[in-house]
Amino acid sequence: MSHYNFAYLDEQTKRMIRRSLLKAVAIPGYQVPFGSREMPLSYGWGTGGVQVTASVIGPGDVLKVIDQGADDTTNAVSIRRFFERTTGVRTTSRTDEATLIQSRHRIPETPLAAGQILVLQVPIPEPLRWLEPREAETRTMHALEEYGVMHVRLYEDITRHGKVAQTYEYPVIVNGRYLMRPSPIPKFDNPKLDRNPALLLFGAGREKRIYAVPPHTSVRSLDFEDHPFEIERWDRACALCGATEAFLDEIITDDKGGRVFVCSDTDFCSHRRSRGVERGV
Amino acid sequence: MYVAVKGGERAIEAAHRLLASERRGDPRVPELSLAQIDQQLALAVDRVMAEGSLYDRELAALAIKQSRGDLIEAIFLLRAFRTTLPRLGMSQPVDTGCMLVRRRISATFKDLPGGQILGPTFDYTHRLLDFDLARGADGVDPTAEEAGPPVAAAEPLPRVVDLLDREGLIETEAAGDDGAPVGDLTREPIAFPASRGVRLQNLARADEGFILALGYATQRGYGRNHPFAGEIRVGEVSVEVIPEELGFPVEIAEISITECQMVNQFRGSAEAPPQFTRGYGLCFGNSERKAMAMALVDRALRCRELGEEPASATQDEEFVLSHSDSVESSGFVQHLKLPHYVDFQAELVLVRDLRAAAGAVPGR
Repeated sequence: MSHYNFAYLDEQTKRMIRRSLLKAVAIPGYQVPFGSREMPLSYGWGTGGVQVTASVIGPGDVLKVIDQGADDTTNAVSIRRFFERTTGVRTTSRTDEATLIQSRHRIPETPLAAGQILVLQVPIPEPLRWLEPREAETRTMHALEEYGVMHVRLYEDITRHGKVAQTYEYPVIVNGRYLMRPSPIPKFDNPKLDRNPALLLFGAGREKRIYAVPPHTSVRSLDFEDHPFEIERWDRACALCGATEAFLDEIITDDKGGRVFVCSDTDFCSHRRSRGVERGV
Repeated sequence: MYVAVKGGERAIEAAHRLLASERRGDPRVPELSLAQIDQQLALAVDRVMAEGSLYDRELAALAIKQSRGDLIEAIFLLRAFRTTLPRLGMSQPVDTGCMLVRRRISATFKDLPGGQILGPTFDYTHRLLDFDLARGADGVDPTAEEAGPPVAAAEPLPRVVDLLDREGLIETEAAGDDGAPVGDLTREPIAFPASRGVRLQNLARADEGFILALGYATQRGYGRNHPFAGEIRVGEVSVEVIPEELGFPVEIAEISITECQMVNQFRGSAEAPPQFTRGYGLCFGNSERKAMAMALVDRALRCRELGEEPASATQDEEFVLSHSDSVESSGFVQHLKLPHYVDFQAELVLVRDLRAAAGAVPGR
């Protein structure tokens, strides 16, 4: 890869992205338009996250890449290899070892620490998009903090279903100001956004937007006094590690209704298992 | 006992090997050269250059070879290469009035200065499969007089719209300041409303099929704009830059382009008298279908500026410009192939809860 700069992007582009990141950090939850580049991987496959990662990564970083919580899903493998080839940095699957984590659809179960950066890939950054398709209109709504339509939408769910029927990309208010779409993480992960000690960066390549949740920033999931926000629970434990407080994936094991539940976060699961083995459990 | 699926890395490597072997096909069949693609699939090369936004026949041919003839994939390859190139400078505006014309037709005047030049065109061919080509005898006798390379018009040809312009029958287009900054949506994200320059850049890069369908829709009444093909010209223009240290223009390249100027009826408004209006299309290479469709869509998108009430998707700038790019749309549609276990699991939990609350019987 000697034809390409460190982390693929040229330094001017990285600076442009870092300026956008700084603005995003300064205005938590605000979507900053940026000159998103055409990347050598498909739009919708993490181009925003890759550009953010490429603009902040340094030779001393230790990188972890996950998709759906797993380090070994094909797109996570592909993005990790992209950075291995273009930067030569050390990669890891351990959440606590990584300085920089790029993720799609999950926040790791292992709590993040100060100094870590989590980069989330975002397909549709605009939380109001399904309510108002026009960008010119939604930008005005954000400027005026006009978020009533989102409350109405949640309220309509409650009248129809008795609960909010939104399971992922559940809308949040960041720092008491901006309505933000927390990328399509399950709402199970929403509480992890709140006052997280790590820096959370969101990159949407195709839509050309960057936003951020700086460390220790308040992130409140929208709810009502009589219908407080709640996360999903499973009445089973992970079939591999026995975890009961983790997000579980359902695996179909046969065509007779057989299924098991396992942790979506593969590092969290294997770490628990290795400790369990040490303890002789 | 279920064991979590591993081996994504090996699977990807194996898939790449399979792809390389399928791309090559049967090794007993001679391999395509880039020159063959450039010469014999020239219109595919033109389309890839136009939508790839990079004028380089050899690289476009390479992209077509690498993508196994999937032109949208080839466009993606070229774009991903283009994005890494440094921007060394800005060319002077290209003067299509000085084009070395290989084809030039006007549907609005029977004859005009410089005449109609049919040039190499599929128009008026009977679409009968030529089985001689299948036998490898392409039927072109290079010594025959009329089969020589297309001859370009010796003199610059005046543009049809300029002829109308002199009479004030068509809206005047201000010449614009050559020194003014030019928008570039590959550097700055598009904001709405977009300038006409950025709009045209978007349309020039847009997927031909998408623009063709929208242009067609305007003809069927969705944002109808009463078009006449004022002029279509195909040929070579020179590209000039002014190096700072020299201060005068230097020709750096000659490129083939297709230009289409639509002339559209306009009944006038409170502010403007009745006159013809313009729709503009320009693409790299010989891409007449695209340039014409682009001109129709450009005119439809000018509705606000001309005081027309937008009523159709074809007149909705944000709708058209946000969905025109094949690299963006192809990527996002196909990202549905990526795992969505987590979101789907969250939805499963919800749907089961809702069904239980509604008293649904499992399995029914």
